[in-house]
Amino acid sequence: MDAATFLVQCLNSLQYGLLLFLVASGLTLIFGIMGVINLAHGSFYMIGAYMAYALAPFVAGTLGGGFFTTLALGLVLAVLLGYVLEWAFFSFLYGREHLQQVLMTYGLILVFEELRSIAAGDDVHGVAPPPWLSGSLPLGELMTYPVYRLFISAVCLVVALAMWWVLARTRLGMKVRAGATNREMVQSLGVDITLLYRVVFAAGVALAVLAGMVAAPVSSVYPGMGNQVLIICFVVVVIGGIGSIRGALLAALLIGVSETFGAVLFPQAAGVLVYVLMALILLWKPDGLFRAGS
Amino acid sequence: MSEVLLRAHRLTRRFGGLVAVDGVSLELQRGTVHAVIGTNGAGKSTLINILSGELPASSGRVELRGTDITRWSQPRRARAGIGRSYQRTTIYPVFTVLENCRLAAQARHPRPWAWWADAAVCPHSVPAAHDAAARAGLSEWLDRPAGTLSHGQRRQLEIAMCLATQPEVLLLDEPLAGMGAEETERMLALLADLKPGHAIALVEHDMDAVFRIADRITVMVNGAVLASGEPAAVKASAEVQAAYLGGAE
Amino acid sequence: MSVTRSVPLALVLAGAATLALWPLAAGSYGVDFVTKTMIYAVLALSLELLVGTTGLVCFGHAALFGLAGYAVVRLSPPDAAASIFWLLPASVAVAAAYAAFMGALSLRTRGVYFIMVTLAFAQMAYYVVHDTPLGGGTDGIYLAVKPVAAVGTQVLLDLGDARTLYYFVLGSLAMVFVFLALLLRSPFGRALGGIRINEQRMRATGFSTYPYKLAAFVISGAVAGLGGFLFAVKDGYVNPELLSWHLSGSVLVMIILGGIGHLRGAVIGAFAFALLQEFFKSEALFGTFSKHWLLGLGLTIIASVALLPRGLIGAGALLGNRLRRRVGGSL
Repeated sequence: MDAATFLVQCLNSLQYGLLLFLVASGLTLIFGIMGVINLAHGSFYMIGAYMAYALAPFVAGTLGGGFFTTLALGLVLAVLLGYVLEWAFFSFLYGREHLQQVLMTYGLILVFEELRSIAAGDDVHGVAPPPWLSGSLPLGELMTYPVYRLFISAVCLVVALAMWWVLARTRLGMKVRAGATNREMVQSLGVDITLLYRVVFAAGVALAVLAGMVAAPVSSVYPGMGNQVLIICFVVVVIGGIGSIRGALLAALLIGVSETFGAVLFPQAAGVLVYVLMALILLWKPDGLFRAGS
Repeated sequence: MSEVLLRAHRLTRRFGGLVAVDGVSLELQRGTVHAVIGTNGAGKSTLINILSGELPASSGRVELRGTDITRWSQPRRARAGIGRSYQRTTIYPVFTVLENCRLAAQARHPRPWAWWADAAVCPHSVPAAHDAAARAGLSEWLDRPAGTLSHGQRRQLEIAMCLATQPEVLLLDEPLAGMGAEETERMLALLADLKPGHAIALVEHDMDAVFRIADRITVMVNGAVLASGEPAAVKASAEVQAAYLGGAE
Repeated sequence: MSVTRSVPLALVLAGAATLALWPLAAGSYGVDFVTKTMIYAVLALSLELLVGTTGLVCFGHAALFGLAGYAVVRLSPPDAAASIFWLLPASVAVAAAYAAFMGALSLRTRGVYFIMVTLAFAQMAYYVVHDTPLGGGTDGIYLAVKPVAAVGTQVLLDLGDARTLYYFVLGSLAMVFVFLALLLRSPFGRALGGIRINEQRMRATGFSTYPYKLAAFVISGAVAGLGGFLFAVKDGYVNPELLSWHLSGSVLVMIILGGIGHLRGAVIGAFAFALLQEFFKSEALFGTFSKHWLLGLGLTIIASVALLPRGLIGAGALLGNRLRRRVGGSL
């Protein structure tokens, strides 16, 4: 592998890992704060991708806007969806046994998949990146790298930094971190739990939707994309430690590297590599690399 | 001098920066009740957890009849004869009282290979369960689901399950918690009954009960031993009075 | 009092009798449908041991089912009928071996981690059969000749015949049911129940709980493997979807639908789930919308978990109580 190819794979790893981090951070937050295991989290990623596909013509035609308008609109819808979903469905899952949460959110996946099928069909769709991001940067003499992939990494980094800032520097973030380490304590301290939960849930949904929207031009839009992402996110959360944002980031990057380089070096074993990695880490640290709230 | 069954030597347990148990040494002799008292947060429950094997010690040694058991897991210690009861009742609510005791007694004769055998007629665990339940005064309620028992009865069941494993050392974490006068009397009578064959460590807040039944008292403050000795001496000690018993009494 | 005790037993016997007589009344579709459902009932029973009895929520059980199925096809000679006397134990052993691996690692985790990790290990198996030459890719692989039970040249059971297969599956289901019933009342089974309710207390009493849990995992995996064997023999075809987490999820739905904590709940749930699927897939009822049958299924799953947490058995018990109160004590 020469230097340019190596660099390309590194950039791909970074992009994939950061995208994974975006989705997984929502999952780990929702579990860390509310204690709800949400199998339907991957569906939000899928909804994001389908929104990018479906909203673009609407935004272009009716609103006369471009890519960022689509993103903004999608985020607004995501937050709304998260709010409503938490109020109508997820708030009934708090305090239930894990098995019940698993099954109810599993049912939710089926519902989302079919609604998507009814609304947008089962075909694979492509989404074009905005023209000003469609170019490629030269790397070395022979290779180029798509600008849009760099854009994805940049967006994810910005969001990750924003998340860090909110969690570390704001009062909301303080409540969230406290809730991740000790839910009962936060409740007894008189924090408005209902609102906190709703906000955290909506944020988690928004993160997954944003990831899906931003990834759509690269990954295409197809049925089942949500489920694929979900299971990898589970691995991220298991490796990183539930409720730990730092752990999710590290684990996501680790998986990004192993998936990307794995696909190049051992193409047949690529799918399995991630799980081997998980198995090895479980042998060493059964509770994940980091503790909750970090 | 009666046989020392369990000895703790300079046990320390740290949680990050917090020192929960600080260099505690303790001896449990057969035929005695050794009470461990102290304010909340003094490290008493942590000490019991280390002795029973639920928590590893950061440093120090635990010996059972001379054998170093510091590295032993909790189940292994239980099989070797260390029984414990919990401060928060840990029974099996959906099982009957008899089944609670029987399952505990089964630990001595697990027979996991006998897949065809009916546990309800096991010749080892069933009699042991009846015995333990009788000693704890629960013979009338054997068929009741444990979840329907009153608080006092549940504490009795805690003790019964501890006895069902036929331990030599009993680590009892606040067995009198939440009990009325009559139930306390019954429990103290049971403990007096058990004394001859066993070494009993008793974590308690009920000072009257402690001074009635304990042969030795260890006072803990901030994880360390403040005083240890015969009840009269401990009661008279000025430091203990200042720190715990509340000055001039 | 004795009536309430013997009602479940009477139901079980009635159910068994119905299943035994079914082929006489039903056509080939009916026999095929019930054969398949009974195979899923075996799978559901295996999961009931793990989830209902031991309290270990495993979201990867389909992997053990599917791996045994693949073993049947891979181990069978390409041109002759294998003997079930070695093929059955061999494919069950494959499932049990993966269960041992999966369990040994997954049991290092607890609670939610355990659920996620079992799912991940099942996916691992899925990718192995999907991507490597061990499986046959997305298309799956075909069983050339179905195995037989033969002594010398005398064929005792030709599993290619639908009726013979039906009774073989029914016999397997009955055997599994009886075995698990015995296991659950044995010291081992009681210990598993104790672990589910209060593992800490079990450890404090002197049980080393990890070996018990691992044993439950392996036994459960072996029974699931039996289901996989039966499935492969019935259809003569296996594909990666047998290891998909959709199947893992479906089996969990089956046991909660029937009623967790009861062996007959697993069987009832398997049949209820199969009937629900047929209901939602029915074009007669839903027309072209029937191709979106997963929607109805998903909503039913949500509703049943929310409203009937004790499953159909729980609902039945509630009804029974109401009836008893109406009719009076002396029933």
